[in-house]
Amino acid sequence: MNFQRLTIKQIHQGLIEKKFSAQEVVESYFQRIEKVEQKIKAFLTIDKDSAISQAREVDEDISKGKNVPLLAGVPFAVKDNILVKGLPCTAGSRILENYKAVYNATVIEKLKRERAIVLGKTNLDEFAMGSSCENSAFQKTCNPYDLSRVPGGSSGGSAAAVAAGEACFSLGSDTGGSVRQPASFCGVVGLRPTYGAVSRYGLIAFSSSLDQIGPITNNVEDAKIVFDVIKGKDKKDSTSIEPKPKTRSTENDAKLEACKFKFGVPKEYFSEEIDKEVREAVRKMIEKIHNEGAEINEISLPHTMYGIPCYYIISASEASANLARYDGIRYGREIPEGKDLSLFDAYLKLRGEGFGSEVKRRIMLGTYALSAGYYEAYYLRAQKVRGLIKQDFDEAFRKVDAILAPVAPTPAFRFGEKTDNPLQMYLSDILVVPASMAGLPALSVPCSKSGDLPVGIQIIGRAGEEDAIFEIGKMIEKIVSKNNNI
Amino acid sequence: MISQDEVQHIAKLARIALSSDEVKKMQKDLSQILDYFEMLKRADISKVKGSNIVKVGENTWREDIVAEQSPGVIREIREASPKKEGDYIKVKLVLEH
Repeated sequence: MNFQRLTIKQIHQGLIEKKFSAQEVVESYFQRIEKVEQKIKAFLTIDKDSAISQAREVDEDISKGKNVPLLAGVPFAVKDNILVKGLPCTAGSRILENYKAVYNATVIEKLKRERAIVLGKTNLDEFAMGSSCENSAFQKTCNPYDLSRVPGGSSGGSAAAVAAGEACFSLGSDTGGSVRQPASFCGVVGLRPTYGAVSRYGLIAFSSSLDQIGPITNNVEDAKIVFDVIKGKDKKDSTSIEPKPKTRSTENDAKLEACKFKFGVPKEYFSEEIDKEVREAVRKMIEKIHNEGAEINEISLPHTMYGIPCYYIISASEASANLARYDGIRYGREIPEGKDLSLFDAYLKLRGEGFGSEVKRRIMLGTYALSAGYYEAYYLRAQKVRGLIKQDFDEAFRKVDAILAPVAPTPAFRFGEKTDNPLQMYLSDILVVPASMAGLPALSVPCSKSGDLPVGIQIIGRAGEEDAIFEIGKMIEKIVSKNNNI
Repeated sequence: MISQDEVQHIAKLARIALSSDEVKKMQKDLSQILDYFEMLKRADISKVKGSNIVKVGENTWREDIVAEQSPGVIREIREASPKKEGDYIKVKLVLEH
């Protein structure tokens, strides 16, 4: 039996009706990994034995007639910057090459409580800094739709694993688009939750005012199931928040009908710099949403153009502080020895050798932006502009319930296309960075294809209104499948 | 354009050793990136007051209490250190004689 395209609910149904066992499900995913992993290279670590024994335990409980949770026996993959106790956690970096996690991230605790099963850890750009997975110190993950192209990043391994049928779902992290952009490149669904909605305890910190963990799935229903499990306030993450009890758009069920939403389409997201086919694909989808009876308004988010400089200054500044912890003493790569080597020089050498070039560039950029004489011109100014970007969204959400836009300016690009020019790579985040800066939830859903390559549409919602964007995502899925059936 | 001396100064602040090739590449890359970032100057921030503009979450307080850990956890944390001796984590000499 082919389990690869089953939804979480279908796996659960099959298990409790004893049509198949959890062991069969998990083994089929490992068979799939064996078959395609050599080409895709999504995983950095695979944990087969433990996964199969957990699956057997689920089967045992089912055979005894016990109730098992919805996620019991469902196999998933974890971005290698999220800690899973006992497994290596490298963040894609040489500096953490030998590090083994000594505790579980809160999201992993929660998923394990639901008895979902970790298959392994997935590739990423080093410390989640990148948009193509090419910054991983270990391997290049390939896009399952075209092996000569990148899967996107930084959660490229997580997106490629789901797209290639190597995991039922996966976890990624999104600082400035790192879940949404690879989801769009790989033709899967990716959620960036509201800032604070999901605990970050056990996520290797990159930029603390932006980082969020989010699910990558085959469909919107699965994304909602995973999000509902991982969300919530956590004592171990003081920035986590209680989910909103009831939101404006979810006040009554009738309002949840996505076709009754008012949508905003920001003109800045459809500029000439965005690939024509991408613009047309997203425009066409918006037209179809309009045909379903939804109200569509053109809106303006005038500070969109400042998103890239603003994001890269703030995130690099925060990264320069967060990555100061890699000192070679408490964990990770060993600080170099040498009688003549002072402690200061040993640090320099350790970090010079342990970090890859993009990570060094970001730490340098952040250190520069925070250094005496430049703080006001860069960091402080970027913070103020961040306020303006947020204001744009606040104003838009007075008129509309959700915003529709492309995810990335192009479909998946080729390996090496942007590696020589870091600024070109940064610019590929232009459409995902603003929602991050404003702390808003955003969902990437496949909407079309450009040639053989998937194109996603981005749905940005009000803070705390994940349920609303899920409903919109489901409507888009229906429209896509209706078209495919014609 | 940022100078090579500036690059080396920042690298020292950031505790990163750079080879001379890396210094040259960093000079080029950072200059290009910072030039692009100049566009931030065009944003009208005259009406934005204070520095903490975007409120991300509420400040939360908690008691500073030692959470008891099992010996196993303590051992595992110690094991994560690349250099140890007995029950101790070994570090380089900090103060010179």
